[in-house]
Amino acid sequence: MSIPLSITKTIHDWLFSIMPESAASITEMVLIATAYLILFAVAGLYLVYLERKVAAWFQLRLGPNRVGPLGLFQTMADALKLVSKELTSTDRIDKLLYNLAPYFVIITSLTALAVFPFSKQFQAFDINIGMFFLIAVSSIGVIGILLGGWSSNNKYALIGAMRSGVQTISYELSVGLSILTMVLLTGSLQLSEIIEIQRTGGWLILQGHVPAIIAFMIFMIAGTAETNRAPFDLVEAESELGAGFHTEYSGMKFAYFFLAEFINMLIIASIAVVLFFGGWLSPFGITEGITWFPEVLWFFIKVLIIILLMMWFRWTFPRLRVDQLLTLEWKYLLPINLVNIVFMAIIIWLNWTI
Amino acid sequence: MTNKEIQNIVSTWSDKLEFSEEESEFLNVIVPQEEVHSICSQLKAHADLKFDYLFCVTGMDWGKELGVIYHLESTTFRHNIVVKVKTEDRENPSWDSVSDIWYTAEYHEMEVYDFFGIKFNNHPNLKRLFLPPEWQGFPLRKDYVDEENMIIK
Amino acid sequence: MESTVKSNLKTEEYFINMGPQHPATHGVLRLILTIDGEIIKNVEPDLGYIHRSIEKMCERDSYQQIVHLTDRMDYLSSHINNEAVCLVVEKALEIEVSDRVKVIRTIIAELTRLASHQLWWGVLGMDIGALTTYFYAFRDREMINDIFEETCGARLTMNYNLPGGLMFDIHPNFVKRTKEFIAHFKTKIPEYDKLLSGNVIFQKRTKGIGILSQEDAISFGATGPVARGSGVSSDIRKIHTYSAYDKVNFNEALSTEGDCFARYSVRIQEMWESLSIIEQLIDNIPEGDIQTPTKAVIKLPKGEYYQRVETARGELGVYVNSTGTKNPYRVKFRSPGLSNLSVINSLAKGSKIGDLVAIMSTIDIVVPDIDR
Repeated sequence: MSIPLSITKTIHDWLFSIMPESAASITEMVLIATAYLILFAVAGLYLVYLERKVAAWFQLRLGPNRVGPLGLFQTMADALKLVSKELTSTDRIDKLLYNLAPYFVIITSLTALAVFPFSKQFQAFDINIGMFFLIAVSSIGVIGILLGGWSSNNKYALIGAMRSGVQTISYELSVGLSILTMVLLTGSLQLSEIIEIQRTGGWLILQGHVPAIIAFMIFMIAGTAETNRAPFDLVEAESELGAGFHTEYSGMKFAYFFLAEFINMLIIASIAVVLFFGGWLSPFGITEGITWFPEVLWFFIKVLIIILLMMWFRWTFPRLRVDQLLTLEWKYLLPINLVNIVFMAIIIWLNWTI
Repeated sequence: MTNKEIQNIVSTWSDKLEFSEEESEFLNVIVPQEEVHSICSQLKAHADLKFDYLFCVTGMDWGKELGVIYHLESTTFRHNIVVKVKTEDRENPSWDSVSDIWYTAEYHEMEVYDFFGIKFNNHPNLKRLFLPPEWQGFPLRKDYVDEENMIIK
Repeated sequence: MESTVKSNLKTEEYFINMGPQHPATHGVLRLILTIDGEIIKNVEPDLGYIHRSIEKMCERDSYQQIVHLTDRMDYLSSHINNEAVCLVVEKALEIEVSDRVKVIRTIIAELTRLASHQLWWGVLGMDIGALTTYFYAFRDREMINDIFEETCGARLTMNYNLPGGLMFDIHPNFVKRTKEFIAHFKTKIPEYDKLLSGNVIFQKRTKGIGILSQEDAISFGATGPVARGSGVSSDIRKIHTYSAYDKVNFNEALSTEGDCFARYSVRIQEMWESLSIIEQLIDNIPEGDIQTPTKAVIKLPKGEYYQRVETARGELGVYVNSTGTKNPYRVKFRSPGLSNLSVINSLAKGSKIGDLVAIMSTIDIVVPDIDR
């Protein structure tokens, strides 16, 4: 595990001095996990607040502005309300699966966050199959959705869960293939390696020019569909059939589903930033060499821009029908993706990358 | 076409029809129960009449008789006719449905059944439209009594 | 309901309720869908959740009181409903109202039609998934509501008409504010139209969906934009003219494709035509009396009277049968919504649930109009 900043070096040394080796490393892992949990749960809450503000700006109104200065504590208040809500459930649900489903979703989202490099020294888990780990872990989330819909013993939830399952499984293909296109360029699945290559050679989207731009566009479309956001949000389309697979959930369990959607959005944006836009690198190397602070800042600025793009989609476009959605994936995105991979391979072979 | 010409054509189809134009702006024809379906299909099919638009189906309780008033119009010639069907049978009034001639009649006849109790033979789905299925009685009849819901001045 | 569904049930089909509380059914309407996977096999509406027996109440009320009951039928074209009853009474008593009254009634009717179409546009976008259109539509609709509030006293259910004329004269600011509104809204319609109709996703959700042929439209008794989208020329303002519609030039918005997109473009075109009608009338409101005096207790002569008007949804007919007393013997309101709704089974059979929402939005029903 890479050693982050000097504060944590002190804590690391102190832990190892007062406890036996195995206990100390376990305590260290628990501490880091707790830190990540708190950080990203709060980040999820602020993403919800950002979504509400952006929606309000598009709709010519103000958005939350009462609770706290500029309404910043709005989602805290909402989270408090959700925590204190009664966990209702119907009589004939499948108890084990019903209670298990939200955990699948939230655990996979938070686990996937562990591999991201927020700065050169700031990465929790840097294994050599980083990209593969990410895709694998995010695929587990679909189980939570299907379980939630099935165990609710509710026709609408079941239809919603089936639709969502189909959508997620189909679009995972496109996500995986567009990631593969860029991995061809980098030659490595390890996330810190990928950023290192971009430091020396320029951002990958510039290095790979045409096929990289195509891969980016496909990744954005497929990524938005993966997270069940508009224009692919027929799963939660309120105007069609209730609230989809999470109709029967309330309180904290509903909060898990809800938060997981926003953290998934964060994950997709982070993958896009790492793969295409250079991760924590500054453009043209402006703040190269200064320690961790500008790097983390650059990372989050780039992620924020991509998230704003996804929110813009949501509040502008109408919704696709389910068969149009699947047609889009299987008849258009998948063939384009496959041809793009071949195209990228040819470009690399002929040394036409920049 | 003028009302006189329409009357000339229609009166040739049956001799039990009564025409009248008083107290109304349209030509009224009173048709006996057994001939409703045949007269109506001829009204729609005849090349000079072509009454293809049934725009109002009104159930009516004339005190002694129950009945239905069909207002018809032709979209090509823009002439109108009003077909009235009356019956004195208040227990079990019924005649043929015209919903196979004009599809709009399906819902309107359900409404007439709901409020007046007139049954239409060969209707695809005759049941109460607005009131709950267990409702007793037919509210728009003049002899309907309901002490708790009706406020009479 | 039990008999129709049970006889068709096979093991793959099951039936679902849409409503009565549902964001997409525009009121308390319950649709019983029999679906097979995603394909709809049968749609059966279950009506009556907001039935208030208006026709029975009309048999005990006086003619001035009936006018107030009609507001609550199709509440989005409430002025036009009021106008229908007033016109039928005036026709029966053979009263001639002054030109001023006719012109003002026409202007307010067209403003009502615009407000109704604005709400329809906002809700259509919301149903199809573009959630922002709702806010844009309501922002502009507020301007019309403010004009109504100043002149008539209420924003939605205006009750401004009386048999014989209007309740009181228009507010001095009426002309100025209406002109400002027209100037503002003329810049907005192209923007709104492009936002939805230029969008490829919207076009895929509405073009070729829910096609209604011309013969079916006439046979089902569909009127208003539902029929005009299929090429049936059915505008009562042109065919059986009333109020001041004979003094203005306007075109009837027709389209021949009969799909959801055709109904959408017919309504957008109608908004342009309404603006043009108001523009032609607003500058020259003639002087005259606001009320032609009638007796305090109105008694219509014995007979049957029928008046048709064009509301935002289609043709509203008022049938009054009077025996000469101070209450009518029978009043029947021919609602446009019931006939428009009857096309839903033939349009939605064989299509998907997402299409049903698009079809319901473009048919644009208001449930109190159906249930009365």
